[in-house]
Amino acid sequence: MSGFGNAFSSSIGKKFIMGATGIFLILFLIVHAGINALIFLDDQGLTFNIGAHFMATNWIIRAGEVVLMLGLLAHIFQALRLTLQNQKARPVKYAEYDGKANSKWYSRSMGLLGTLLLIFLVVHLKDFWVVSRFTGIPTVDANGHEDLYAVMKIKFQEPLRVGVYVLAMVSLCYHLLHGFASAFQTMGWNHSKYNGIIKGAGVWYSIIISIVFAAMPIAIYFGIIQ
Amino acid sequence: MSTGNMNLTLKVWRQKNNNTKGALVDYKLAGISPDMSFLEMFDVLNEDLITKGEEPVVFDHDCREGICGMCSMFINGRPHGPKDLVTTCQLHMRSFKDGDTIVVEPWRAAAFPVVKDLTVDRSAFDRVIAAGGFISVNTGNAQDANNLPIPKMQADAAFEAAACIGCGACVATCKNASAMLFVSAKISQLALLPQGQPERYRRVQSMVAQMDAEGFGNCTNTGACEAECPKGISLENIARMNRDFASAKFISEETV
Repeated sequence: MSGFGNAFSSSIGKKFIMGATGIFLILFLIVHAGINALIFLDDQGLTFNIGAHFMATNWIIRAGEVVLMLGLLAHIFQALRLTLQNQKARPVKYAEYDGKANSKWYSRSMGLLGTLLLIFLVVHLKDFWVVSRFTGIPTVDANGHEDLYAVMKIKFQEPLRVGVYVLAMVSLCYHLLHGFASAFQTMGWNHSKYNGIIKGAGVWYSIIISIVFAAMPIAIYFGIIQ
Repeated sequence: MSTGNMNLTLKVWRQKNNNTKGALVDYKLAGISPDMSFLEMFDVLNEDLITKGEEPVVFDHDCREGICGMCSMFINGRPHGPKDLVTTCQLHMRSFKDGDTIVVEPWRAAAFPVVKDLTVDRSAFDRVIAAGGFISVNTGNAQDANNLPIPKMQADAAFEAAACIGCGACVATCKNASAMLFVSAKISQLALLPQGQPERYRRVQSMVAQMDAEGFGNCTNTGACEAECPKGISLENIARMNRDFASAKFISEETV
């Protein structure tokens, strides 16, 4: 590795890790939302369960899951390191600081939004991932696949859980509203001909992804899909 | 000497030196003219203090025409006060209302230690420049300037980056006290021109390393620096610096 020097330990290198893992997680969310949206076919989750079965059994996906976990951990670890350093960079705080005059609140609150998402992730992984990978899905559907959809239906009968999921998606939306375009800027992909497209795509992506996810517990709780 | 009619309450940060703790001290000012600059208002305050036998407030200033980068002051939560694209010396009291309370603090960053009151030591910026913010030229006759054709767009972008006066407002306003806007402007003004090419990748690595060593924070792309910069330096420069840094570390075979 000689020659790369402080490529990743320097301030810009650490930003590269945040940006690159962020883009990786953004891509993952598309796959996650896409497969989960199969529940909206309203076929008792038969198609969704095919997707879930594939994701649980295909070895490339399982290997990808390890990479995903590593990417997520890198994103969290790096964020903690950067936050601690940033706090050290201003030991005496301002008595008066008018943040809203020059930046969006969510761009200044990525740590808070990220922490909320992390708490949500613990709940979420326990709800579905642990069940699907470790403790086992109790029932099978008409196709003989593990009925992950049935697990969803049971979990989303609880109003508290539905509330937590929907609020978490609000956090996700704001986290992405800043994170999407910010990742491009960090990677150096700033170009007058594409900046508008990146910003616009970021806003659309954040809103659509969050709505698609939030619609799932809502639709199940209110019996809009069976 | 002032002929105005504004009454103000100032809350000014007073700190003896970097080893002592500071505090906000209240001062009442009467008869301030709306046509005064913010620094002239401070001159009035200091004359009052001197007359009363008190220690005047120490603050940085030099040209008082918005081009030297010496004046600072974090005014009501914003560097150089409430107006965009101006330095404190170009800020006028008409930007405030009669009866206002104005909080004035020094730039706050670990890399900018307080010297006294509102004056901070910004020599960290000088050391970043010394680390690579220059071009090396062998002596001899100057060649004809037209030997090096430069596209207009490129020249303009370099000029815009070179407008940075190094005042430190970007560091002061950044929630992370990051110096990336300053450093990226100083890198870009050279990276965009042919004369800057021989040392381009060496420069970005040395200057970023020095910036990190000085204890500035890390950029989180909030855009506050660009919004508060009195010279309108663009975030584009930070993206360019990041690109150049990646090229230097992962593509260039030269190591620093």
